[in-house]
Amino acid sequence: MSFQLSCAVRNRDVDVALAVASGETLALLGPNGSGKSTALAVAAGLLVPDRGRVVLDGETLTDAAPSGLSVSVPPHARRTALLGQEPLLFPHLSVLENVAFGPRSRGIRKAAARESAHRWLEEVGVGELAERRPAQLSGGQAQRVAVARALATEPALLLLDEPMAALDVAVLPALRQTLRRVLADQTAIIVTHDPLDALLMADRVVVLSQGRVVEEGASNHVLTRPRRPFAARLAGLNLVTGTWRAGAVETADGVRVQGHAEGDTPVEGAEAIATFRPGAVAVYRNRVEGSPRNTFDVTVTEVEPMAESIRVHAGSLHADVTVQAAAELELAPGLRVTFSVKATEVSVYGR
Amino acid sequence: MGLPRWIYVPAVLGAGFVLLPLLAIVARVDWPNFGTLITSESSRAAFWLSLKTSAASTGLCVVFGVPLALVLARRDFPGLGVLRSLVLLPLVLPPVVGGLALLYTFGRRGLLGSELDALGIQIAFTTVAVVMAQTFVALPFLVVSLEGALRTAGQRYEVVAASLGAGPTTVFRRITLPLVLPGLMSGAVLAFARSLGEFGATITFAGSLQGRTRTLPLEIYLQRETDPDAAVALALVLVVVAVLVIGLARQSRSAL
Repeated sequence: MSFQLSCAVRNRDVDVALAVASGETLALLGPNGSGKSTALAVAAGLLVPDRGRVVLDGETLTDAAPSGLSVSVPPHARRTALLGQEPLLFPHLSVLENVAFGPRSRGIRKAAARESAHRWLEEVGVGELAERRPAQLSGGQAQRVAVARALATEPALLLLDEPMAALDVAVLPALRQTLRRVLADQTAIIVTHDPLDALLMADRVVVLSQGRVVEEGASNHVLTRPRRPFAARLAGLNLVTGTWRAGAVETADGVRVQGHAEGDTPVEGAEAIATFRPGAVAVYRNRVEGSPRNTFDVTVTEVEPMAESIRVHAGSLHADVTVQAAAELELAPGLRVTFSVKATEVSVYGR
Repeated sequence: MGLPRWIYVPAVLGAGFVLLPLLAIVARVDWPNFGTLITSESSRAAFWLSLKTSAASTGLCVVFGVPLALVLARRDFPGLGVLRSLVLLPLVLPPVVGGLALLYTFGRRGLLGSELDALGIQIAFTTVAVVMAQTFVALPFLVVSLEGALRTAGQRYEVVAASLGAGPTTVFRRITLPLVLPGLMSGAVLAFARSLGEFGATITFAGSLQGRTRTLPLEIYLQRETDPDAAVALALVLVVVAVLVIGLARQSRSAL
């Protein structure tokens, strides 16, 4: 393991331990106030825990015990770059100077720093914006520059705190692709609300709840076969994983799910994911024959009242139906029903 | 949204109260002799002394005020509130009292007087004393202005810069300072203006020696007795400088 963190922060009731292997991306999932940002702040050196240890590549960055603090490497000497929700590009510097800031701060000569900045801007697909001022960029462009700026420091650990939460949905698929590419060999921790991000970008997932680790494992496993209801209900999104065959995601059970590809169309035979909102799912008691829709024959496992609707859980799938519909269908655990969703409501991702 | 109509009456009265005396000065100026009056030897000496000492005290305000504002804006420790109030005291203190305080600190019989004397340093009634008196009264203007700018700018960019590997001095030089530069500029302009108009602390601590400690406000006050025309002409010069300073401050603020 190249990064280990254990920390307890009493006034926030957080007590977590996690580890990231070299080159691995770990997703930290959890509801608001579950301790995700606290863990990230401890890793970055912005917060000293009451008790805890942070070790990166064998170097102890934080070592705190109730008896006293013995090690606390300041944030700038940790080689942990932080990327937040907002790009926070330095407004008085050009895009290029923003990206060159990290290398310059590490004592690299101006020309070399600029050259590396150019390279990273190209890498995230905004090379042509080098001479602009941050105020002249769109939100998506600015976040790409922020990604380049963080990567240009060649961090031993990249910390991403909901990097896509503040962005327009229209720019998300493209940025997601970029992040997937740059995170491939990067040791990183990404805090996210979106299980899809975790599935697409992270190798492993740690789920936090009320300041404790409640679930941990390969992202594929945790998110598609969650033991905890939280991981399943995280964003209320349905996730179906399988293999891309003849224009559809085919599950291990042979169910085919059609949808529109977000980003590049998956490669035939490659792993693929289909996602759809529970609200897009219609529930029937009888099998709908000859329908162009995607259908799933399932058994209801739980019926959960929500604010304005009823959420029907059937294994790893969920549907939101109106209270009237739930009553008419007499939905109850154990009942065999058919979930049906239009192909236009399904997003497909290659993996 | 409309304003109540009656509100214009006190507003116009207030503006007139400020502007009318300025017009009165312009009206009272002896225009045919204006050039001679402001170029007399004593006037020129006072004018240059004022510019030089004000520039020096503005420099000192920046040197001490920037770190002071940073500590006040970025640190939190017991007694910080009290420290801030004390540092800002010269804003509300009568300048004469400030001058007396300086005299009893740095004067020959002051708190540090005998030590300074032993070193062969005499401060009171020298040009250095003028600069110190001006710095004493002008420093809070820069600190207040800059502390506000620092708090508005926040620490988010500084945190990002640190996470990118920049040490505290690099962050200060490349991020903090450029971000608050407009606030620093307007603070410096205010400090300069306050130094230029300094009277009470200067005359108490530095006296009124032509060419050494007699700045423009002191010269005007003295001439008022002997040569009112010269006093009025010099007063107009100060008004013009003040207007220029306000224009500069506005510009640096709108550049924000």
